[in-house]
Amino acid sequence: MVNITYENDTVTARLSGEIDHHIAPAIRGEIDAKCESRRPKRLILDFSGVGFMDSSGIGLIMGRYRMISLLGGRLEVVNIPPNLKKIFVLSGLENLGVMK
Amino acid sequence: MNIVNSMKLSFLSRSANESFARAAVAAFLLPLDPTVAEVADVKTAVSEAVTNAIVHGYPDSFGTVYIEMKLTDTGKAIIKIRDKGVGIPDVEKAMEPLYTTSSDERAGLGFAVMQSFTDKVRVRSAVGKGTTVTLEKNIIRSTYAKR
Repeated sequence: MVNITYENDTVTARLSGEIDHHIAPAIRGEIDAKCESRRPKRLILDFSGVGFMDSSGIGLIMGRYRMISLLGGRLEVVNIPPNLKKIFVLSGLENLGVMK
Repeated sequence: MNIVNSMKLSFLSRSANESFARAAVAAFLLPLDPTVAEVADVKTAVSEAVTNAIVHGYPDSFGTVYIEMKLTDTGKAIIKIRDKGVGIPDVEKAMEPLYTTSSDERAGLGFAVMQSFTDKVRVRSAVGKGTTVTLEKNIIRSTYAKR
């Protein structure tokens, strides 16, 4: 689901499995708790282990973008699998400049 | 165009059933010989429709979500997702991208995803009676007709 580490002012959340409306709130809670306690300069969301995602995943990213911006940090979304590209393009997230 | 296979499914509007619903639909689609991308498209669109039924159809209670799926000899999958919930007062507005009535970090992209990931989306809704979303997806290289 999500494995979170902290190192060098960076919180890295490695997401795995399927992200939908059922699972997203738990992932959100874990990431936000870690960021609020560590106050990192950078939050990395690593999607390499995600096999399925609907628009709940887009909402999750947009919400983390707002959260980390409020904390003074920046967001990076990395390792988007080819099968998820379509929903990322549709979402317009590319325009936020967070996708690496 | 003839119906060559059909199924019906109903389940309680618990969010835990979202993964069950899309997996069941994907499994039923397999005889049409879809590509991996086509399966992913259908799973994503169904996940959006089922989530809408759960979140918006039954906002304050649990109800039943119904799925009816038909496969045709021309390689088309027709999937109806229905709830008997509160209904949508203005379907046109609800289908606008980024429109959402939920505060729970919903992106407001549900209908945009359904439209982009399938070939046809039809929505019928009546306030107090519920909503039916019909998705159609053509499976391009389907060999069903030959069997």
